[in-house]
Amino acid sequence: MVLITRKIEFAASHLYHNPALSAEENRRVFGKCNNPHGHGHNYTLEVTVAGEPDPVTGMVLDLKELKEILEREIMQRMDHRFLNYEVEELKGKIPTCENIVRVIWELLEPKIRQGRLHRVRLYESADLFADCYRNGAAC
Amino acid sequence: MLVHSKDDQRSDLAELGRSSAAPLHIELGRRYRFAASHRLHTEALSAEENARVFGKCANPFGHGHNYLLEINVSGDVDPATGMIANLAELDRFVEREVLSPFDHHSLNEDVEAFRGVVPTTENLCIEIYERLKKFPKAKVERVRVQETSNNSFEYDGNQKGSAS
Repeated sequence: MVLITRKIEFAASHLYHNPALSAEENRRVFGKCNNPHGHGHNYTLEVTVAGEPDPVTGMVLDLKELKEILEREIMQRMDHRFLNYEVEELKGKIPTCENIVRVIWELLEPKIRQGRLHRVRLYESADLFADCYRNGAAC
Repeated sequence: MLVHSKDDQRSDLAELGRSSAAPLHIELGRRYRFAASHRLHTEALSAEENARVFGKCANPFGHGHNYLLEINVSGDVDPATGMIANLAELDRFVEREVLSPFDHHSLNEDVEAFRGVVPTTENLCIEIYERLKKFPKAKVERVRVQETSNNSFEYDGNQKGSAS
């Protein structure tokens, strides 16, 4: 099995706020991430697909196709958007790395038909990221 | 109106097939930095053997590195916060357990665990894992310690050494 990883970057804004909590609780739990007008990050997304190289093409998957999937499913949906208000899949969720990475996994997994999705890693900054796997596939 | 192409139908079927698959596993990764000195040397070997085994890492007054520490934790994502663990709590815990005792210190002289144990990054990685696995709010999956940009070490508590 070979793992192949493609990386993209997108810029988006978000804020953390749970309407079920009081203003004070929101402030205590989320700190400055609760500032009312939001803030932004340059996100880096690494998408890793596992598979066997095709004997004819030598490829696990056509990277061109993966690039198009990432453009259509992620870039068009999230790049230069306010994640809380503009991304349907995140409505009602706090747009943390943990929640965004799950949404990205669920968007990508059914679209990848060569190989299988192995890992999605989303960096919010160089020092903070979340990984998503199908259970049992972590390595 | 939504028009489903054949491709979409195929992917819908693929999704249905996967819905019975294993659940998703989410990990939170966090990186920290500390600077520390060490010397690789053991009383169990002669001066010549130390020099042969450890090379310039055995130089008597030690040397230092800018270490990068990466920790991955897993657990349920709390729907109220969207988080596996509160970052401020994780940061405070790592600060107390590792960064404060290690940063700008000599690993050989200042860290009890390295009395009589060579502070290679393998041993450092194990020591850091042992300290951080006590984090009460999430499961520590593994730690990775990068000594320089060219070498790094990972430990997940599996002493048998089989990669997970």
